[in-house]
Amino acid sequence: MIRTHALTFAYPHSATLQFPDVDVPQGAVLLLKGASGCGKSTWLALVAGLVRPAAGQLVVAGQDLNALISVAADAWRASAVGFLPQKLHLSAALTVTQNLQVAQWAAGRAQDAPAIAAALAALGVADLASRKPAQLSGGQAQRVALARAVLQKPQVILADEPTASLDDEAALDAVHLLLSTAQAQQATLVIATHDARVAALLEPALPAAMQLQRLQLQRPV
Amino acid sequence: MKTVSLAWTYLWSRPLSAALNLLLLSLGLASITFLLLVSEQLSKAFERDLQGIDVVVGAKGSPMQLILSGVFHIDVPPGNVPLKAVQELKKHPMVAQVIPISLGDSLHSFRIVGTSTDYISHYQAQLAQGQLWTQPMQVVLGATAAHKLGLVMGQTFVGTHGLAEGGHVHGDSVYTVVGILAPSGSVLDRLILTDTASVWKVHEDYTAVDDEDRQIMIDEREVTMALVRYRSPLAAVSFPRHINTSTEMQAAAPALEITRLLSMLGLGTDVLRAFAGVLLLTAGLSVFIALWSAVRERRGDLALLRMLGAPPRKVAALLLLEALWLGLLAAVLGVLAGQGMTAALAWLLQLDNSLLIGGMAWPAGLWGVPAVALGVSLVAAILPALGAYRVSVLELLQGK
Repeated sequence: MIRTHALTFAYPHSATLQFPDVDVPQGAVLLLKGASGCGKSTWLALVAGLVRPAAGQLVVAGQDLNALISVAADAWRASAVGFLPQKLHLSAALTVTQNLQVAQWAAGRAQDAPAIAAALAALGVADLASRKPAQLSGGQAQRVALARAVLQKPQVILADEPTASLDDEAALDAVHLLLSTAQAQQATLVIATHDARVAALLEPALPAAMQLQRLQLQRPV
Repeated sequence: MKTVSLAWTYLWSRPLSAALNLLLLSLGLASITFLLLVSEQLSKAFERDLQGIDVVVGAKGSPMQLILSGVFHIDVPPGNVPLKAVQELKKHPMVAQVIPISLGDSLHSFRIVGTSTDYISHYQAQLAQGQLWTQPMQVVLGATAAHKLGLVMGQTFVGTHGLAEGGHVHGDSVYTVVGILAPSGSVLDRLILTDTASVWKVHEDYTAVDDEDRQIMIDEREVTMALVRYRSPLAAVSFPRHINTSTEMQAAAPALEITRLLSMLGLGTDVLRAFAGVLLLTAGLSVFIALWSAVRERRGDLALLRMLGAPPRKVAALLLLEALWLGLLAAVLGVLAGQGMTAALAWLLQLDNSLLIGGMAWPAGLWGVPAVALGVSLVAAILPALGAYRVSVLELLQGK
C-alpha cells in the first residue's frame, strides 16, 4: 500500500513540488502519469525512501517513511521496494545470475541460489541464467531486470517508463508481465509513464481482482 | 556474493585497463624491491667480508683500490710492499694480528692468494675435504672456485701470471690441491688459497738465474698488502697516521672507504629511487583515471545498487576494494619481479666471479613495498570512492 497526504518536495532554487494525495491499497495498481519535468521521478524517489519530503505524510508498505533514518531506509527499501528502471542497468560484466546475486549483495542478504532460480523461472528466463546482458534481446533483458526487482518479494513494485522505446506488441507484453508478476507477488504496482498507450493497454489487461488508480501530475506553476 | 569477489569481477570486466594498470604498478614496485634488495645485499656482502679487518696496509695509491683489491678481490692492487716492512707491523704494540696477502697469479680468473692460515680462520671457514697447507705449493680451494674449476682433491695445476685470463703460464711450478673449503658466503668462496711462500717460489724459480740472484730476491721479498686487526679501537686514531707519515706504505680503513663507496653508489640509487617514485606516481594516476572513468561509466549501475538497498558506504567500499585488489596483485607481482631481477643480477655477478649477492632475501624494509602498493591504490581510489558514495539515485530516475 501507498498512502500520501499533502506531500511536497523542495528542490534548492526551484519551485516546490506539491503532490496530490493517494491511497493505494495493497495489491492495487497505480498509473502515475505526467509530462517530463512534472515530478514523476521525484515521486518515485520519495516512495522509495531515497529522498525526504519537505512536508506531508508518506506511508509505504505500512512503513511511515518520515520515521526512517537513511541507513534504515536503505535496508527497508531492499526488502519492501522492487524497482524496474527505464534503462535496465544490468551490469554488462556479470551474467544474468550474477546480476541477481548483486541484488542480494546490495540488500545485505546471504546468497540464495534457489530464490534466484525461482525468480528467473517465474519470468520464463531460467535458461538464460548464464548469459551476459549483451546476449539478451530487449524483452529478455526486461524480464531479467523484473526478476531482479521482485527477487526480495517486495510489497511495492515501481516501474519507471516500462514501455518507452518498445513497439506496441512489446509494450503490451510488458504491461501483461508487470500485472501478472505483481498479482503473483500480491504487490502494489506503480507504473510511471508519459506513454499514452499504457493507459489504453492497462484497462483491458487488468485482472478482475486488481484495482486501478490514476495519479496525474501537473507541472508546478 | 561477497563484496571482495564482486570487486574482483568488476575489476576484470575491463581486462585491458586492469592489466595495464597492474603492469604499471608492478613495474614501479619491482624497481623499488630491486633497489632495496641490491643495496641490502651489497652492504651485507661488504659487512661480511670486512668483519674484523680494522685497517689494510699496502702500497701507496688509492685507498679504495687497496680495499677493493685486498678485501673484496674485485680490483687490481696498487703495488707491492716489502715483506720486512710488513713484519715490522707485527711488532707494533697496537697490532693484534697481521694477515699477509700476496696477489699476482690466477687460474681461469680465480685468484691465487698467498697468505697465512690465519686468513681462513679469520672468516671461520670450515674445511669440507682435506686439510690446510703445510708447505708451499699446496692449495686450499674456496667452495665456488673448486666447483667452477672442477678441481678435486690431489689434483695438480699450474697458475698463470696476472689476475685475468691469458697470462704467461708458470709451467714449472705445479700446485697441488690439499683441501677444499665448505661454502662460507664470504670472499674465500671464490679464491684459491696457498702459503705466501708459494708465490715467492713460483716467481723466484721462474726469474732467478743463479743462487746469488736468488739470495737477492729472498732479501727483497714482497707481499701485496697486510690485513691488520687492532688490539684496541683506540688505535684507529693514531695507527693509520703513523703508517701514512712514517713509512713508504699507506693504511686504508675499510669501513671508511666502504662508506665512501656506498655514498657514491647512493647517489646512483637515489636517482633510481626517484625514477621508481615517478613510475609509481604515474601508476597511481593511471589507477585513479581508470577508477574515475569506471565510476562515470557505471554511474547508473552504482545508483541502481543504491536503489536495490545498498547503503552508500557499501557502494564506496566496492570501489576501494577494486583498487585494493589491484594493489595486492601488483605487490605480489612487483616483489616477485624484484626478487627475480636481483637473482638475475646475482647470477651475472657470480658468472663474473665478482661480489657475491645472496639469493632470495626478505629484509625488513621490503615490507614497505606491499605497504606502498596498498597506499598508492587506496589514495588513487579515494576520489572515485567518494564519487560512488555520493552517486545520486534521483539522477538515475530522471534519466540523467
